[in-house]
Amino acid sequence: MTIAVQPVSASPAKAERIITPAGIEVWHSRSDLVPLVSMSFVFEGGAAQDPHDRPGIAQMLSRLLDEGAGPYDSDAFQEKLADKAIELSFTASQDSLSGGLKTLLRHLDDAAELTRIAVAEPRFDADSIERVRGQIIAGIRYQMNDPGVMATKRYFAEGFGGHIYGLPNSGTQESVAAITRDDLTTMHGRLIARDRLKVAVVGALGEADVTRLVDGIFGGLPAKADLTPVPRVTLSGLGTRHVVDLDVPQSVIRFGLNGVARSDPDFTAAFVLNHILGGGAFTSRLFQEVREKRGLAYSVGTSLASYRACAMTWGFTATKNERVVEALEVIASEMARLKADGPDADELLKAKAYLTGSYALGFDSSTKIAQQLVQIAFEGLGIDYISRRNALVAAISAEDIARAAERTLGDGRMLVVVAGRPEGL
Amino acid sequence: MPDSIPTTAGRTATAENVSDGVGPDIASFTLENGLDVVVVPDHRVPVVTHMIWYRNGSADDPIRHSGIAHFLEHLMFKGTEKHPAGEFSKVVSALGGQENAFTSYDYTAYYQRVAREHLETMMEFESDRMANLSLDPAVVAPERDVVLEERRMRVETDPGAQLSEAMAAALYVHHPYGIPIIGWMHEIETLDREHALTYYKRFYTPENAILVVAGDVEPDDVRVLAERTYGKIAPHGERPKRVRPFEPEPRAMRRVAVADPRVEQPLMQRMYLTPSALTGTGRDSVALEVLAELIGGGPTSYLYRKLVLERGIAVNAGSWYMSSSVDDTRFAVYAVPTAEVSLEQLEEVVDFAIANIAAEALDDKSIERAKTRLIAETVYAADSQSSLARIYGSALAIGETIASIQQWPSEVDAVTREDLVSVAERYLIPRRSVTGQLRKAG
Repeated sequence: MTIAVQPVSASPAKAERIITPAGIEVWHSRSDLVPLVSMSFVFEGGAAQDPHDRPGIAQMLSRLLDEGAGPYDSDAFQEKLADKAIELSFTASQDSLSGGLKTLLRHLDDAAELTRIAVAEPRFDADSIERVRGQIIAGIRYQMNDPGVMATKRYFAEGFGGHIYGLPNSGTQESVAAITRDDLTTMHGRLIARDRLKVAVVGALGEADVTRLVDGIFGGLPAKADLTPVPRVTLSGLGTRHVVDLDVPQSVIRFGLNGVARSDPDFTAAFVLNHILGGGAFTSRLFQEVREKRGLAYSVGTSLASYRACAMTWGFTATKNERVVEALEVIASEMARLKADGPDADELLKAKAYLTGSYALGFDSSTKIAQQLVQIAFEGLGIDYISRRNALVAAISAEDIARAAERTLGDGRMLVVVAGRPEGL
Repeated sequence: MPDSIPTTAGRTATAENVSDGVGPDIASFTLENGLDVVVVPDHRVPVVTHMIWYRNGSADDPIRHSGIAHFLEHLMFKGTEKHPAGEFSKVVSALGGQENAFTSYDYTAYYQRVAREHLETMMEFESDRMANLSLDPAVVAPERDVVLEERRMRVETDPGAQLSEAMAAALYVHHPYGIPIIGWMHEIETLDREHALTYYKRFYTPENAILVVAGDVEPDDVRVLAERTYGKIAPHGERPKRVRPFEPEPRAMRRVAVADPRVEQPLMQRMYLTPSALTGTGRDSVALEVLAELIGGGPTSYLYRKLVLERGIAVNAGSWYMSSSVDDTRFAVYAVPTAEVSLEQLEEVVDFAIANIAAEALDDKSIERAKTRLIAETVYAADSQSSLARIYGSALAIGETIASIQQWPSEVDAVTREDLVSVAERYLIPRRSVTGQLRKAG
């Protein structure tokens, strides 16, 4: 059969760029299929803005934005949302605080006002703060002996020790217990502003309505955010292995090394390479060698992580304690083999065919389109990225792959963390 | 079923076409060999979701072979006479498609999402493995190891999941819904190629399958392609009968506990044996759906307000109900205590709250809010062709009809306060329940 690498074709989503009177950049995609509106928005700055001695503030802030705002206490605010089935949520990651709104078209005005006050006028009532504090701590406690969570936490601690990225986004039980109302209002004042905000709106709305919607919600925010620069950092501990002792029959393994940033010209090549090594399809090298051939694991994969201050290639698997050493050997050897020999020509062609052909699958619902648009905006890739992206992938050559392998697979020394009771380690 | 941190995600979404006219026109027909076909148009992007659903799940696993439905699902990727192991996946990938499969209690499903022009290729491969699976013995053992690792990942390392398993086993004293979908560890270890092929020959027939195609397609084109591919499979005769033992009328309140040194955050769960969308009479099932949303569907729900906001004895509380089930199903309640409160104290308040549903929980506003949320979900679901495909597929696979799916929003609307009182009083009672505790050992 013919393998077709999709060239620049009809863009999977058409988006228009609007700059509102309040100076906010919105990417808008009109869709009249269903009478709903989906909005995604992201503020620059997240957990990496926490003070070193008190991680967890940004995340706790994100969890309090829908816990009372303007004239409504937490319960009244939630009731206003629920009465009209309006879905509003917030989350914080290392580098951002983001939100999502989904509403039936007929409740758009109410949804907009509720979003406006959640973002601009959160109440931070004492009982809400205590309740959310208790929920966060319960969540931390619940996961305390989950090998996946423990492996990831230790990986970041070892890899970025001394840097804010080394601390958990959710904080620790101790740090969350110490967060004050002032911490929250200060973080709110620093992050929530217009100049580092990106918005995407998808739905049955025209340009004028979108402009009005966005300025109505965000137009009253302060003009400028107050962000602390996050120092650049590279992953430490390459070539080392760490064990988190947990009495479980199956160990979780996290492994990684330095990578390339999203904005790097080699990112697309690294992305294609990662797909071949351990990306999502059943055809990746690691899936074949670790799972299919040897039955070592149910789940194995690699991905590229691009944070504002660093980038890495990292991966995950889980296997019974007796086979951890074998799993690590197979993974290391597959990475070395891919770097030394590169993919064969057919493998590269097929990887590009998959990545270009499947691109449109990420755009088949309003919420997915909104999230994709805001992510592209957040990474500064430009509104035409959607229509350029497949050509970028299609153009990747064997030389590009070799260069990406040099930069992202390195000399094979990785930071390895195993949570469990691995035998022979 | 609930995740390891209990959320509201346990409810099966039966939300479908809306009463105000939004949503696609569904087409359906049956091929001569008995294959049912459903077409759900969505012309937003030139993509199709192609799904095949078999009317069998883990509840149809034979005695001593728990996990065989799920194991077969894994083995379906391991090759036919015409296409060796992995070839289907390679083709899907090369065509830019995404694929997966899943096994539930009552059905097993396989799907791909591809650009619309590749639909026929998907049908060719999928119909081929419906009829011509041929398992090289060499691939079976490693795949069994994969399933064992999957079980270790999902259950053996997670005390919360172990509690859920124990609760299902106690809730169902006779019915195989009490057995985990993935199977018990000691039985998975004994599953082999012959077990899988026997099960495959019994259940993987055109009469026992439903083809759902959602996306940028026309029903007539789907019919032509289906006949050209699936239509070539000879009928087996009758659809295989699923024979499950029924649950006896419950008499005893049950309790289970998992105590593990790894538990740092205790929690409690409660499950009640209740009728499902298929076994319920009158409006019982849809009333239970509204009730689950009302008492525990989110932060404005009765249990959250009472336990978390008013009494301050829980950090979270909620409920869910699994309506989409061939036989009697489960209605669950969960609560996570604050640090100072014991599970026993928490349970006392939960019991009191449930006993007082009729007196305290069913004001008009709360009823209205629960209905609003359930009906709005049907509009939200119409935004995603994959969601629609799943909704139709899972409902039809258990025996519901397209009409029942499309009427669901108006049935929700028709639920009365009396209906809610009635189901609460008849079903949320101790003898129909199992209570589970997750606590720290030592």
